[in-house]
Amino acid sequence: MVRGAKVRGVMVRNRFLVGVMAAAVVSGVWLAVESAAAQQATAAYRAPRTPDGKPNLNGIWQTMNTANWNIEAHPAGPSPARELGASGAVPAGLGVVEGGEIPYLPEARKKRDANYASRLKLDPEIKCYLPGVPRSTYQGMPFQIIQSTKHIMLIHEFAGAVRTIYMADQTEAPADSWMGWSNGRWEGESLVVDTKGFNDLSWFDRAGNFHSDALHVVERFTPRSAETINYEVTIEDPKVFSRPWKMSMPLYKHVERNAQILEFRCVEFVEDLLYGHLRKQPAK
Amino acid sequence: MTRVRACGGAMVLGALAAFLVAATIAAAQTAAPDTARAYKAPRTPDGQPDLQGFWTNSTYTPLERPDGVTKAVYTPEEAEAAIKLAVQRESAQTEPGTTADVHYDFSQFGLDRSQSLFVRNLRTSLIVDPANGKIPPLTDEGKRRTAKRAEEAKKLGGRWDSAESNQLDDRCLIMAGPGPPMMDAGYNSNYQIVQSSGVVMILTEMIHDVRIVSLDGRPQPDAKVRQWMGISRGRWEGDTLVVETTNFNGKNPFRGSDENLKVIERFTRVADDTIEYKFTIDDPTMWTRPWSAESAMKRTAGPIFEHACHEGNFGLYNTLVGARLEEKRAAEEALKKQ
Repeated sequence: MVRGAKVRGVMVRNRFLVGVMAAAVVSGVWLAVESAAAQQATAAYRAPRTPDGKPNLNGIWQTMNTANWNIEAHPAGPSPARELGASGAVPAGLGVVEGGEIPYLPEARKKRDANYASRLKLDPEIKCYLPGVPRSTYQGMPFQIIQSTKHIMLIHEFAGAVRTIYMADQTEAPADSWMGWSNGRWEGESLVVDTKGFNDLSWFDRAGNFHSDALHVVERFTPRSAETINYEVTIEDPKVFSRPWKMSMPLYKHVERNAQILEFRCVEFVEDLLYGHLRKQPAK
Repeated sequence: MTRVRACGGAMVLGALAAFLVAATIAAAQTAAPDTARAYKAPRTPDGQPDLQGFWTNSTYTPLERPDGVTKAVYTPEEAEAAIKLAVQRESAQTEPGTTADVHYDFSQFGLDRSQSLFVRNLRTSLIVDPANGKIPPLTDEGKRRTAKRAEEAKKLGGRWDSAESNQLDDRCLIMAGPGPPMMDAGYNSNYQIVQSSGVVMILTEMIHDVRIVSLDGRPQPDAKVRQWMGISRGRWEGDTLVVETTNFNGKNPFRGSDENLKVIERFTRVADDTIEYKFTIDDPTMWTRPWSAESAMKRTAGPIFEHACHEGNFGLYNTLVGARLEEKRAAEEALKKQ
């Protein structure tokens, strides 16, 4: 409870600051206003219920933003792989971080910049590694929410990544993992998911934004209409950030009747990249 | 055919899970059909038969009847003796205290299946049709395709020549668990079933493979969409979940199947701790007739941990590095001798 109050305190202070500097920092204001508006729309909406009486989040969802390129605001840019030309180029984005900038500790910011410089070598996404959280949500491919009373499953198309959200039989994370250990609860219309037990290997995006194994993620999934969910994430990691910070974005539901999660078994697509240099050479 | 896998670092969490279920060892027979009729499965909040929870299909019963066995059903004593022999064979794969043993000591962490819960079955084979318990003969086209596949595998070279010439499980691409049909995976044959309106999800522990079975009557997609696990559609027939799967890509053959494979599975909860699992294999390109098998899934202790196989696949990397190093040394030795 104390920690939650502290998070809110920080957020309020930041919004105030952002407001004061409104004329100077246009993108930051835009984000704060957008997010506040989304929250108000949400408060009025009551989602249909599952047979056991909970807000019904079942369905196939996807984000519609450029967060996977960079969760911070960024201009359009060239493809990091020359051969892909315009098809691999980076689309501009207004950012999904509330307040505009991630509050890195000084050393951590240097590491983020180094990650960015070597992103083709280091980004775990390129190696088909499990994407971690919350990157799995906005990585760009769809994911399916399968909701039961005891467990809520998030099934991601990318690498077949899976999250089990324990609504019952909750325990601490038994070991560190890529996708963390998620315990969930209902708060009114919102599904609140508390995830810990991460390893320090996943990134937040293709721009090198990262975390340590002290990462603690709290996500709120709040239905805001029949086909949208307001998705808010609080990130806490004292080894990397000077304070907790937030991202928010809408999730959009696939309404095609035949929508389904298909296989993206990308291990096969990266074997030559990862192991090609170890291939036996023909005898000379 | 259990073999030692090279995918070493990846299995730690999975092994932990197997270790935990070891505490719940129970000797239970697969329920006979008569008791199945008497049992009424619990219901989900929307009224479907409830198959949810954590299950294992680990078993020592072979798919095909062993050569020399002529009966379809063992006596309990014969079944125990067969299991004992299978356990001995399994643990004989590694010798404690040897180098080969470093990753896969079958006496530890439940790698030897007998340390965890496994499905007991008096039948001498999982195959019940044909009556001889064997996979039926190949068609002429089936023989041709089998030969062609062997030829193509040969072109890839020896096992340590490249990642691609390794087997699918060593490459962390797919293992035996998710199927379909869903088979004993060698170890960690654990599954989680979650049901929601219009959908049944089956999570396989090994490589976190997920089957999402739609129950809403939608048609199969275009034949151009082909997947490792195919594409599954399901329906309820009474208390039985019937799942039909087509659209396989043929890259993960089941006992020699090809892309025209159709698998029909039947899941029936026949006791609080048992799901009866029957499947029919129909691939007219490959076999002269369809064939069917019966197994079961037993309730096991959860939860299922993350099996990040590819991410921790030091085994594949290190064996390739080792092979290239050995070649280099051999070349240097040869040069010295000149």
